[in-house]
Amino acid sequence: MSHIIDRRKNDKGKSTGNRQKFLRRVENQIKKAIPDIISQESIKDSSTGGSVKVPVRGLEEPTFHHDPKTGKKQTVRPGNDKYSEGDRVPKPKGGAGSSGRGKGSNSPEVTEDEFTVVLSRDEFLKYFFDDLALPNMVKKLMDSTENFEMRRAGYTRDSVPSRLNIKTSYQQSLGRRLALKGVLDKKLALLEEQLSLATDPQLITELTEEAERVRRQASTLPFFEDIDLRYNNFERVPIPVTSAVMFCIMDVSASMGQHEKDMAKRFFTLLYIFLTRQYKNVELVFIRHHTEAKEVSEEEFFNSRESGGTVVAPSLKLMEQIMRTRFDDSWNVYCCQASDGDVWSKQDATECKQLLLENILPVIQYMAYVEISNSPRESDLWQSYNRISDDDSFSIRKVYEPYEIWPVFQGLFRKRSTV
Amino acid sequence: MTDKEKYRAMFCDPNWDYETLQAADEVISRIGKEYLKLKIYPNQIEVVTSEQMLDAYALTGLPTSYPHWKFGKDFVLNQSNYSKGRMGLSYELVINSNPCISYNMENNSTCMMLLVIAHACQGHNAFFANNYMFLDWTAADSIVDYMAFAREYVLRCEEEHGEDEVEKVLDAAHALMNYGVDRYRKPTKLSALEENERLKKLTLIRHENYNELWRTLPKSTAELEISGLDEGRFPKEPEENILYFIEKYAPALPAWKRELVRIVRKVAQYFYPQGTTKVMNEGFATFVHYHIINKMFEEGYLNDGFMLEFIKSHSSVLYQPEYNSKFYSGLNPYTLGFNIFMDIKRICQEPTEEDKAWFPDLIGKDWLEQVLYVMENFRDDSFILQYLSPKVIRDMKLFTIIDNEGEAEFEIGAIHNERGYRRVREQLAAQYDRSSIIPNIQVTRVDRHQTSKLYLTHYMQKDRKLETKSARQTMAHLRYLWGFPVELHSKNKLGINESVFEIK
Repeated sequence: MSHIIDRRKNDKGKSTGNRQKFLRRVENQIKKAIPDIISQESIKDSSTGGSVKVPVRGLEEPTFHHDPKTGKKQTVRPGNDKYSEGDRVPKPKGGAGSSGRGKGSNSPEVTEDEFTVVLSRDEFLKYFFDDLALPNMVKKLMDSTENFEMRRAGYTRDSVPSRLNIKTSYQQSLGRRLALKGVLDKKLALLEEQLSLATDPQLITELTEEAERVRRQASTLPFFEDIDLRYNNFERVPIPVTSAVMFCIMDVSASMGQHEKDMAKRFFTLLYIFLTRQYKNVELVFIRHHTEAKEVSEEEFFNSRESGGTVVAPSLKLMEQIMRTRFDDSWNVYCCQASDGDVWSKQDATECKQLLLENILPVIQYMAYVEISNSPRESDLWQSYNRISDDDSFSIRKVYEPYEIWPVFQGLFRKRSTV
Repeated sequence: MTDKEKYRAMFCDPNWDYETLQAADEVISRIGKEYLKLKIYPNQIEVVTSEQMLDAYALTGLPTSYPHWKFGKDFVLNQSNYSKGRMGLSYELVINSNPCISYNMENNSTCMMLLVIAHACQGHNAFFANNYMFLDWTAADSIVDYMAFAREYVLRCEEEHGEDEVEKVLDAAHALMNYGVDRYRKPTKLSALEENERLKKLTLIRHENYNELWRTLPKSTAELEISGLDEGRFPKEPEENILYFIEKYAPALPAWKRELVRIVRKVAQYFYPQGTTKVMNEGFATFVHYHIINKMFEEGYLNDGFMLEFIKSHSSVLYQPEYNSKFYSGLNPYTLGFNIFMDIKRICQEPTEEDKAWFPDLIGKDWLEQVLYVMENFRDDSFILQYLSPKVIRDMKLFTIIDNEGEAEFEIGAIHNERGYRRVREQLAAQYDRSSIIPNIQVTRVDRHQTSKLYLTHYMQKDRKLETKSARQTMAHLRYLWGFPVELHSKNKLGINESVFEIK
């Protein structure tokens, strides 16, 4: 008798454990492959789960087998169309091994030379940001009430009745009563001893009265006194903020070509993915500027076709303004600026420096400035930024080719042991 | 009659449901039993999704297996090939177990469902239940339990000794998996219950005889003395089952590692018959589904539309690209096996003069009896050697190519003519002989007095050498399990060493 079972509702993922084992084995190769992915593919795609190509090296399962190039072999083939016994055919160049492997018609065509592992988004991000940490994340704690958490912290003597801790209070009371009763008992014993030795009637009366008083005192010890009461204590513990805002500032002047914009986009996207992993909600503010600064949508930000000269300072001013009006202190603020380093005048650069130093850097968590340029010359903006950059809350880097992005990014956000 | 009409309507609807499968199984089982006289294990037909099929692929078809990255690798590989459309999944996968479990893909059409039920649940099932290789080397009753036991045991080891160490042992044992089979000595049947009992007993003995002082005894000599062999050569005769030899005699291997080696050895042994009967197994199953579906058509269960779909699938299963086609990837075992079985039937029914000379034993016999006899008593090499007929060689236009190392040209050895039949046949049989695929390597000596070194000998066939890189890696694995130096000599037919692999 046959059983027919519908297994389709059963768990899939029977191989999950083995897959994890396998991934662990190729972990290093995956990590090595990540810079390539960053530099080759659009990062938006990567964030939704990229495929990581893993070279098969180190994954072969060795066995004893014949070297196909050696020996005297004879194999049977089907479909003879022109050969007679004794015919001689030149071997193909390269001496391809020609052992007839008996393969089933439905056996998988397996090509190991192009082994790819498809990682899920989470797995990808895990490898992606494995050894990075958000700079200064622990520093910013919130002041407003909603970000405090009440945590138990021992006992206190003074609080509201609803927090009375009965057990501890009872322990206190017990201790107190034992201690007091011991003293009174001792006193009573002494009095009675004196009483048994006394002969003077007046002394006897006095002692009897005294003993009576002590006895009464001992029997009227209060069960609870204020001093016994203990209340649960709570402390207000500040918890780290879980929301962040990221300002993207980009130069869209004529000097920024498609390549530069593309590079900037990659960098912003990287930062965005990074922040989404660290914070529950991340807001994005896009500010682009040429001679004047303007807040725009993401779409417009990356695809705008405006051009003109470059003045940087207005964008920083705009950022500061937005920051003050829209985001209170509860936000972690990150700023990322991309530019080719061109500024209209030295004065503009100096003004930028001034703005950063006085108004922006003190209130934000971290600022990164990326200059997309391949000229060895230091631009005006670079020079003035370089003076205030401390790599702790303000880092500047130069990139030009896509493959340079990941190392720079890593450098900016490397886990700092000092934090 | 109304039943038949109802069934017919069901089978000819491309969408199937549970009732369709039940009806199909009922009709097909009946035909298999009455018409083809098949003796089978009870069937357990499971409908699975493509993901579940990929899971089953990764565990080489077993419903469960011990955890190891190799299975994960196969899974990832198959999954990526499948999702890229580079590889299709098979319509079914069947396990040699009792009851016989078969996985059928959910997106099969009704026609494909009937085909695979006939193919797997009758054809393969009957083959598993009757072929001598399977009866002698595998225990269909207990394999599922045994794998569950193996899984438990490996998990426990991982917990106790760490995943890394377990992985090392399994990696090493897998490298030697081809050398875990007793080809001549039939193994005892295994069962999870007995394995557990055996382990318990071993632990008990160890506990009872535990003596702190004894730990100071040098272990290697103690272990080797148990084998009770006096001076002289050890082992007395060469041992082809290297895993068994390690399990039994490795001087310094902890008991739990021995058990892991044993598990891998048992799994290797379970799969041994499948490797040696691929052509017969597929050929017979195809023969069975072909006959059952045709019989159903004759009896009026199926209409012409169904048959057209069936013939298309059937012929694509049997597609054999020619040697110069870009799709060529070796002989298709389905085609070869099916052709030979069909020819046995033909020879029994309508022999020609040629057949009378070649197969006097088959002439005038009942074809079904003969086919079943062949199915039960042969494996690929002997099957081909015995039954590959000149007609099949002619039909498939088989020919042999001689490829000698060092020569610039191939030579055509034999073709489908009077002079060539026998040579083609012998050659093809040799090609399916296990020893032409897996190098013949045996344990020949252990230096028990000084170094505990393990000596292996590779008996070269047709001057074929070992592939150096993987041989060296495999030796490293062997070295890990043995715990002492290992050395392998490749000897040619004159007994002269051609190459040596040594790991100290």
